[in-house]
Amino acid sequence: MRKNGVNMIKISAKNVDVFYGKKQALFNINLDIEENQVTALIGPSGCGKSTFLRCLNRMNDVIDICKVQGEIVINDFNINDKGCDVVRLREKIGMVFQKPNPFPKTLYENISYGPTIHGMAQSKQEMDEIVETSLKKAALWEEVKDRLHEPGTGLSGGQQQRLCIARAISVQPEVILMDEPCSALDPIATAQIEELIDELKKEHTIIIVTHSMAQAARVSQRTGFFHLGELIEHGSTDKIFKNPDNTKTQDYITGRFG
Amino acid sequence: MNKNKEKLLAKRYSSEKRFQFLGKSAIFMALLFLAIFIFKIFSTGYTAFQKTWLIVPVNFDAETMYLDANPSKEDLEEADYFEISLQSMFNLDKNANEKQQNELKKMVSYFFEREIKQELINDPSLLGKTKDVYITASDDLDQVFKGNYPRDLPENQRRVTDYQLKIFDQLVEQGKVESKFNLSFFTYPDSREAELAGIASSFMGSIFSILVCLAIAFPVAVLAAIYLEEFAPKNRFTDFIEVNINNLAAVPSIVFGLLGLGILLAVFQLPRSTPLVGGITLSLMTLPTIIIACRASLKAVPPSIREAALAMGASRMQTTMHHTVPLSMPGTLSGTIIGLAQALGETAPLILIGMVAFVNTIPGSPMDPAASLPVQIYIWAESAERGFVEKVSACIMVLLGFLIVMNLFAQIIRHKFEKKWS
Ligand SMILES: Nc1ncnc2c1ncn2[C@@H]1O[C@H](COP(=O)(O)OP(=O)(O)O)[C@@H](O)[C@H]1O
Ligand SMILES: [Mg+2]
Repeated sequence: MRKNGVNMIKISAKNVDVFYGKKQALFNINLDIEENQVTALIGPSGCGKSTFLRCLNRMNDVIDICKVQGEIVINDFNINDKGCDVVRLREKIGMVFQKPNPFPKTLYENISYGPTIHGMAQSKQEMDEIVETSLKKAALWEEVKDRLHEPGTGLSGGQQQRLCIARAISVQPEVILMDEPCSALDPIATAQIEELIDELKKEHTIIIVTHSMAQAARVSQRTGFFHLGELIEHGSTDKIFKNPDNTKTQDYITGRFG
Repeated sequence: MNKNKEKLLAKRYSSEKRFQFLGKSAIFMALLFLAIFIFKIFSTGYTAFQKTWLIVPVNFDAETMYLDANPSKEDLEEADYFEISLQSMFNLDKNANEKQQNELKKMVSYFFEREIKQELINDPSLLGKTKDVYITASDDLDQVFKGNYPRDLPENQRRVTDYQLKIFDQLVEQGKVESKFNLSFFTYPDSREAELAGIASSFMGSIFSILVCLAIAFPVAVLAAIYLEEFAPKNRFTDFIEVNINNLAAVPSIVFGLLGLGILLAVFQLPRSTPLVGGITLSLMTLPTIIIACRASLKAVPPSIREAALAMGASRMQTTMHHTVPLSMPGTLSGTIIGLAQALGETAPLILIGMVAFVNTIPGSPMDPAASLPVQIYIWAESAERGFVEKVSACIMVLLGFLIVMNLFAQIIRHKFEKKWS
């Protein structure tokens, strides 16, 4: 994945502006996301982290009043182009939400849903395999292998979130977007998910929004700092946390606001 | 200062007590009225589930019926039963004169000839023998036996004559009068004779109307609700439609009856008095109820479920059909049943489209003329005969039972299948 010692660029956002009705939520965002790295997006609440994340799989389409301008290039293709098919896009870019949201169906059905609608399994055995590998990758298999046909809503919060991760990776996405995936979880469940993220970055590019700077420092290699809809600073996590260029970043990191 | 505070406290307590008292008395009043209503219905209605029979010896004399000794089935069907039927009644009093014989005949339902015929057809070996046969008593004697008849009135104000009462009392003494469960109330259609009137035609009419109503209203309403809730853009036009759906739910039902009369009968020439037309008319009424229930339960599905499906790459259609709609079904179904229960109790629109006609056949399809349970109550309540009074209450009981079962069903669906979103 390395080319001349530099990581490949997986996603490249160019001059992205986002409006909710008349209100502008993001101002001229330019950010490159590197392949097989964990990129953390940090910043005070309401600064537009989620909005930016949702631009990357066009989930903002769902919100009537939301308008996205600018270019977001993934695999040399601008996803804001008219010709882009959102179904194909979201097959490649998976998402995990803040609050675990498994379907009120069985564990098996939760995982098999994506592969079913995208026609990824030709037989029951293939589907069983997909379910098993997805759950194994999400470090959930051992805990649930005996109750695959029980409802997913019966799991604990941390298990539900890992189920949602397993669901997201069931269609082998290239990128996984995570919007504060641990904010509803206890510290032990959080540690499990963080470990998992580290594992997943071998096969996927991960972008994680988090309000916990400690978490950003622990899991990410790259960090972007947002403030009031602007991307103030971005770079390697080491640099952002130890030696930021911008005083606002400095203030936020040291806990002076946010 | 302190005194003032105590005063306020006392005032607060007493006003709270007063409020509780008023609330409790309101509930007590409501329950009292309900209890009186139910008691009245049951006390007048329960006797309708019993029917009075006279046990009369019948001589199945082959000669009188113009039959030979070994008649075939067809012969039995076509034989003349009038004479033996008449004779068995006359035999109750061998000394009766012509006028009294006529009164004897009127002590039983005009159906008696058929009841006697059925007896012989069921058991052809009776030919040439005499057997006690159960014969439906006239509705007036039925009421006499149940103790509902004012025997003390002067004879000229009664439909039962003194002579009939004398013979009847003799029969009672001999144990020749019996009260049995009134199966015919459920299996016979309406009749001009109270003792033969049943709810079969109106019950089937109600069932067919409800089925037609369901078949039309449910798919239309669910499609409309799904489109409005999940697909339609939110703009002035859809707001306007929403307001009008709510208005539609408030339109008096008789207006829908006029619509049925003016359009279904006059323009489309659909058959009058049929559950088909009744059901279509009722479906107009039920439509907004189901739309509102379906939209409410679609709204109750958390957006996070939709987001989850969309983020997995499901299209809007797939998200709706695979997740949102199945999750909204319990609410939609219980709303539908409530709407159907309302339709079941409707009278006015059905009267307008002619389902008030006297129907003495049991409808076999929605295209046959029929009444409906509430209309049957209306028809019987209008009748002068004493025998219909208890039938009105009995029919109300059946209708209430039907409604209670439907509402119970709606409750069960709601509690059992509805997902609780924390
Ligand atoms: N659905 C929406 N409609 C209108 N405004 C929104 C919506 N979602 C977010 N916003 C606004 O956009 C800004 C950025 O929000 P968001 O991206 O959720 O922030 P963050 O995730 O960083 O806390 C906020 O000012 C918020 O009020
Ligand atoms: Mg957010």
